[in-house]
Amino acid sequence: MNLPEELYYTKDHEWARVEGDTATVGITDYAQSELGDIVYVELPEVGTTVKQGESFGTIEAVKAVSDLYAPLSGEVTEVNTNLEDSPELVNQDPYGAGWMIKIKISNPDEVNNLLSKADYEKLL
Amino acid sequence: MEAKKTALYDVHVRLGARMVPFAGFLMPIQYTSILEEHRKVRTSVGVFDVSHMGEIVIRGESAESFVNYLTTNNVARLQVNQAQYTVMCYDHGGIVDDLICYRFADRYLLVVNAANTEKDFQWILTHRPADVQVENISERITQLAVQGKNAEPTLQKLTRVDLSAIKFYWFQEGELAGVPMVISRTGYTGEPGFELYFDRQYSEKVWDAVFEAGRKYDIAPIGLGARDSLRLEKKYCLYGNDIDQNTNPLEAGLGWIVKFDKGDFIGREALLKAKESGLKRKLMGFVVEGRIIPRKDYPILVDGKQVGQVTSGAYSPILEKNIGLGYVAIEYARIGQQITIEARGRSAPATIVKTPFV
Repeated sequence: MNLPEELYYTKDHEWARVEGDTATVGITDYAQSELGDIVYVELPEVGTTVKQGESFGTIEAVKAVSDLYAPLSGEVTEVNTNLEDSPELVNQDPYGAGWMIKIKISNPDEVNNLLSKADYEKLL
Repeated sequence: MEAKKTALYDVHVRLGARMVPFAGFLMPIQYTSILEEHRKVRTSVGVFDVSHMGEIVIRGESAESFVNYLTTNNVARLQVNQAQYTVMCYDHGGIVDDLICYRFADRYLLVVNAANTEKDFQWILTHRPADVQVENISERITQLAVQGKNAEPTLQKLTRVDLSAIKFYWFQEGELAGVPMVISRTGYTGEPGFELYFDRQYSEKVWDAVFEAGRKYDIAPIGLGARDSLRLEKKYCLYGNDIDQNTNPLEAGLGWIVKFDKGDFIGREALLKAKESGLKRKLMGFVVEGRIIPRKDYPILVDGKQVGQVTSGAYSPILEKNIGLGYVAIEYARIGQQITIEARGRSAPATIVKTPFV
């Protein structure tokens, strides 16, 4: 299981890469592998405000549909539009080309609610 | 209850399959990717371990009339080495199970759904006349489905039985890979192909031989995930989804296997009544115009009013569209009808279409 050390994780299997006041968000390798073939990723528009722990989108895999939960609150500044035509990027490269949204973090303290790699690993 | 394993369980694990509980068994849902496996069967050849399926043997003087009484299709029309798709119904017309009935010279073989094997066996025993013997041989049998246009050239390398001479829904008994078996031209994918039934002790031997023979066709193992999307593209019913004890075969579009003129059978009266008073709903296929994969129990709406519910749905890798089946109130059950599929607070327009989808 590929779980990069430098990322934050949620119990719902999202990850966040925090760089300055921006967080890049996606789902973990574990999540993509459990979901299997992903056929749609429904993401919010740029400018949308998302809240920690609340749904920001939907992911449809062949087997099941799931909600995506925001690891941090803030405004969506960028959306990975490549996923519209190539949702399989989430399967192929969940921490890279399969990223989903970038958030301008509104409350940096919320990072304390997220899991470290070690904490997340214990959930699996 | 601990999940059962087929004789090929270790092989699946070795191949890296994701194993999931299904009908009391641990079964491979996928080996690599459901979409890839689906396309493999549509374009070349794939192998399914479907040993979880049940096999019930019926013998005896009045076996034919008994099986004809249990099932809705006409067993009397079967010749030796011929098979038919059929259902068993309850008195009220609901479906006990759908199955394939094979006629051998001295017996009938009923191949039933894994989840229903014990229920079916008990149901059959309940109605059994004194001169009929019923045996559940499910645990002794391995069933492999080899499906796709390259199934025949693959298997032909392993047997002297002339496979090209076996017609659709016919079978031969013979040796394949040196193992005695039933070779049946049947399947659940809509592709040309065969289902093989043999003693479970030979499972790995046959599996290995088939993969060796199919190497040049890039043969691959296929899990239950692709089995489901393959059958759905052809509108083959899945028990527990599209049909069950609360649906009758007429509304499920299975009127073609209900033979009212063959004599009495369980459920005949109720089905005749349902037919005469007019069906209330029908199982229809639809294509979703949007990025929602329909799933079981999603509501189907027309003008904001619920007129049915989804029974099965999938992303069709061949159409590259989302497709589904569902029961729709009879007044809306027509080709071209616009419907709305409601999914977890979202909704998408859909159109009822002719089936099979592919």
